[in-house]
Amino acid sequence: MTLWFVFAMMTAAAAFAVLWPLGRGSRAALAQGTEATVYKDQLAEVDRDAELGLIGPAEASAARVEISRRLLASDEAERAAPVAARRGPRRAVALFALIGLPVLALAIYLPLGSPLQDDQPLTARKQEPPQSQPLDALIAQVEAHLEKNPTDGRGWAVLAPVLAKTGRLPDAVRAYRNAITYAGDSAERRADLGEVIAAAAGGVITDEAKSEFERAVKLNPNEAKANYFLGLAAEQDGRPKDAAATWRGMLEKAGQDAPWRPMVQAQLARVEGAKMPDLPEGAAAAAQNMSPAERSAMIQGMVDKLAAKLKQNGDDVDGWLRLVRAYMVMGDAEKAKGAQAEARQAVSGNAERLKQLNDGLKNLGLDG
Amino acid sequence: MIAEAGHYALVLALALALIQSTVPLLGARLNDAALMNVSRSSALAQFLFVGASFVALTWLHVTSDFSVLNVYENSHSMKPLLYKITGVWGNHEGSMLLWVSILALFGALVAAFGNNLPLSLRAHVLAVQAWIASAFYLFILITSNPFVRIANPPIEGRDLNPVLQDIGLAVHPPMLYLGYVGFSISFSFAAAALLEGRLDAAWARWVRPWTLMAWIFLTLGIAMGSYWAYYELGWGGWWFWDPVENASLMPWLAGTALLHSALVMEKRNALKVWTILLSILTFSLSLLGTFLVRSGVLTSVHAFATDPSRGVFILAILCVFIGGSLSLFAWRASALKQGGLFAPISREGSLVLNNLFLTTACATVFVGTLYPLALEVLTGDKISVGAPFFNLTFGPLMVPLLIAVPFGPLLAWKRGDLIAASQRLIAAGVVALLAVAVVWAWTTRGAALAPLAIGLAVFVIAGALVDVAERIALFRTAPAISLRRAAGLPRSAWGTLFAHAGLGVALIGIVCETTWNSEHIAAMKPGDSAKVAGYEFKFDGATQRQGPNYRELLTKFSVSADGRAIGAMTPSKRTFTTRGSSTTEAALMSRGVSQLYISLGDIAADGAVTVRIYHKPFVLLIWFGPVLMALGGLLSLSDRRLRVGAPKPARAPRALQPAE
Repeated sequence: MTLWFVFAMMTAAAAFAVLWPLGRGSRAALAQGTEATVYKDQLAEVDRDAELGLIGPAEASAARVEISRRLLASDEAERAAPVAARRGPRRAVALFALIGLPVLALAIYLPLGSPLQDDQPLTARKQEPPQSQPLDALIAQVEAHLEKNPTDGRGWAVLAPVLAKTGRLPDAVRAYRNAITYAGDSAERRADLGEVIAAAAGGVITDEAKSEFERAVKLNPNEAKANYFLGLAAEQDGRPKDAAATWRGMLEKAGQDAPWRPMVQAQLARVEGAKMPDLPEGAAAAAQNMSPAERSAMIQGMVDKLAAKLKQNGDDVDGWLRLVRAYMVMGDAEKAKGAQAEARQAVSGNAERLKQLNDGLKNLGLDG
Repeated sequence: MIAEAGHYALVLALALALIQSTVPLLGARLNDAALMNVSRSSALAQFLFVGASFVALTWLHVTSDFSVLNVYENSHSMKPLLYKITGVWGNHEGSMLLWVSILALFGALVAAFGNNLPLSLRAHVLAVQAWIASAFYLFILITSNPFVRIANPPIEGRDLNPVLQDIGLAVHPPMLYLGYVGFSISFSFAAAALLEGRLDAAWARWVRPWTLMAWIFLTLGIAMGSYWAYYELGWGGWWFWDPVENASLMPWLAGTALLHSALVMEKRNALKVWTILLSILTFSLSLLGTFLVRSGVLTSVHAFATDPSRGVFILAILCVFIGGSLSLFAWRASALKQGGLFAPISREGSLVLNNLFLTTACATVFVGTLYPLALEVLTGDKISVGAPFFNLTFGPLMVPLLIAVPFGPLLAWKRGDLIAASQRLIAAGVVALLAVAVVWAWTTRGAALAPLAIGLAVFVIAGALVDVAERIALFRTAPAISLRRAAGLPRSAWGTLFAHAGLGVALIGIVCETTWNSEHIAAMKPGDSAKVAGYEFKFDGATQRQGPNYRELLTKFSVSADGRAIGAMTPSKRTFTTRGSSTTEAALMSRGVSQLYISLGDIAADGAVTVRIYHKPFVLLIWFGPVLMALGGLLSLSDRRLRVGAPKPARAPRALQPAE
């Protein structure tokens, strides 16, 4: 309610500003300057300068003649004095100020403003009970705390998985690194770090991710996550046999009740069975209902189409990267290398694109 | 409530501006004093409301109210209070609000102190001012509303761009805007004169203080911006011919021309049409600057597409005001009466020359700034027009202008005597030649042109001094009389002295800095030392420090000259986590008017830091010059006396040139 009262007062003040001069009649009109005043002041100025000797007598009299001429001209054309009040137009303006002004102001304000929303200064909000705060707010609080105490390893360890879940992958990478630095190294953390690095690279196990998994396995040879991803890395590098060996080893060592057993078994079946590569881009839903052979053909077709398109127009850096990645996922290292060389040749004329391509290839775990 | 009240105040300011833009014109047409006076009270009320709106936004920033989008996007609760306040205009929406606040401030000033103006002229001026204000209020409310709310406010803001977290932001934009927007008053006066169809010497008297005020602020704003870029960006450069800088230089050049031509108009009733045109052009260039900076067209033509509504809206405002005022000019200018006459060699003639050079210089900057944009739009080619272009075009234009500067004030009004003026400048010329010889003998390296340029600068300074010496008849009469004459000299004459001398001082700084600047770049480890221009810099080491909203790598260098320690310099690098970016804080040490400058580059894994060390001789003069110029402007502004150009009577009948 207070808000509407304040609005009403403000509107009244604005309307008053328009009404005020209308009610004052024409006495105020007398307080105005004229050109004649300026020229008379100029004449006085000439006299003062001549007296001081700043201008010679001849110049002074010439100046007086000129200014007097202007004075005469201005008197001839002096603006006509304001006539008596025009009641009609004044009333119309007054009426507009009283009715039109509030209507206009509200018509503009209401679609733009949020009159029902209160101010929410930070100090007032910090006193609210914490459970009413959304996840983002809690993350922000922890981040603010870590900003001030960057060596709090436990804080980083708590924050990292939350960041990974909310999709802030690069931040999650940083958080895991800090957790390892300040809260101690462990196989689990290394594996988690590798996982977010790979997730940030769009699912490709980059060299960076791979080295984290390798460190994890060094710390604990039975680290399931790291082993699984090392298998995946082998598959992406075009060594499906090594991948299968890694995963088989995991299944042999682990007990029957390991929660990840079904997933690894499925992966193992996939590489050993149809040698079925993942879909390179999208189309997963469509491929769901096909037989392995059909799916394989469909993917091959899509990849061939992409390759043909790029042969015609080689400017598309993203396209090249997609193609290289597709060959890698399909386990065809030879073709991936070939595509890489072709891509370099296609964009070699443009330094910016070449850099983009090299960066992209680096991200895929290939040398830049 | 404060957020919504601020929003509503802005809407009321728009409503009042709409009334102010129409009712006074109706009053002038009907010749009704009360209706014309509506302009006054509504201008004051409009300023009150937009001011309240600005204060409300500042309050929201200070209390970190992240339910306001603008605060969330540009503030952070841990930011120091000063940057919370300056952050209000460190973003697009807030800076536009500052822009209109200043516009309303100038309108209110005319309303409050315009008692010496004829009623109908004041009504017209304020109405035109309100047209501009209405257009920009609409722009803000429709495309860049700073009071947009967020339903579920985040707990922390995104922080202000770290480069802007500096004291410079507190000073530079307000100054620059006071300059940019101040020229709107001369524009409004010009449009009002055209609407009324009356224009004479008195008009120039009335518009003088406003133009002068805008010019002072613009001068200081540009100088401050240049100094800020110099110490914050860490490259040691002070002017980059960057389009944003050019956008502020163009109104300055046109405004300087306007100041001089308005002088002729006030004193001699000549150059009237030209002065009106310059008033229009100056503000148009200010608008163009606003457009270039605010539409995003500058970084690339394609950035325009990221927010087309803003760019297109400002472009529309630009077209309406520039096109409208120029059409008005074309329609009414021919009806204006011819003014006073003068010979080509006279004070008026020299000021015409000044105007020609300034406007041509302005045109070259205009071409250099806009040609790449136009080319990119038409052909898609990206080119960049940089310092070489401007050095080859702008530079040569400045040389004859600077040579002519000392002659102007020494020529008589109406008809002057060039030979007599030259004789009086002999002393200045001798001093300048001596300066050239001394500099030549003293320096062994550097461009051959540098001593000549310094000679030119000395000539400008000495010429300014000679002018005042002549006026008070120094050495020609008894010192007591000279003193009396000096006391009686109008303050505007002292203003001329400072403004012209400031030009020379700045030129000395520019020439010295560009010619004898020494630079040293090296990767240094703690314990290393480097020698630059006779100073020895020893890298003592680096420490980490936690700031309020950043982490800082602080390095320490001990500086010694000839084996004598003269102090320590502590350049640093700040890392701001919220924006994930870092800034370089250069360390400066002044030695007289020269400066030592250290900034940090990349930090290698082995602890070596890339360090740039500069010795910049006489660099501070670059900014002392504009400060002197502004001081001159201030002296002239404080001089409330009338200006009279006493014409020199003809000895023999001579053919006179028409003024226009």
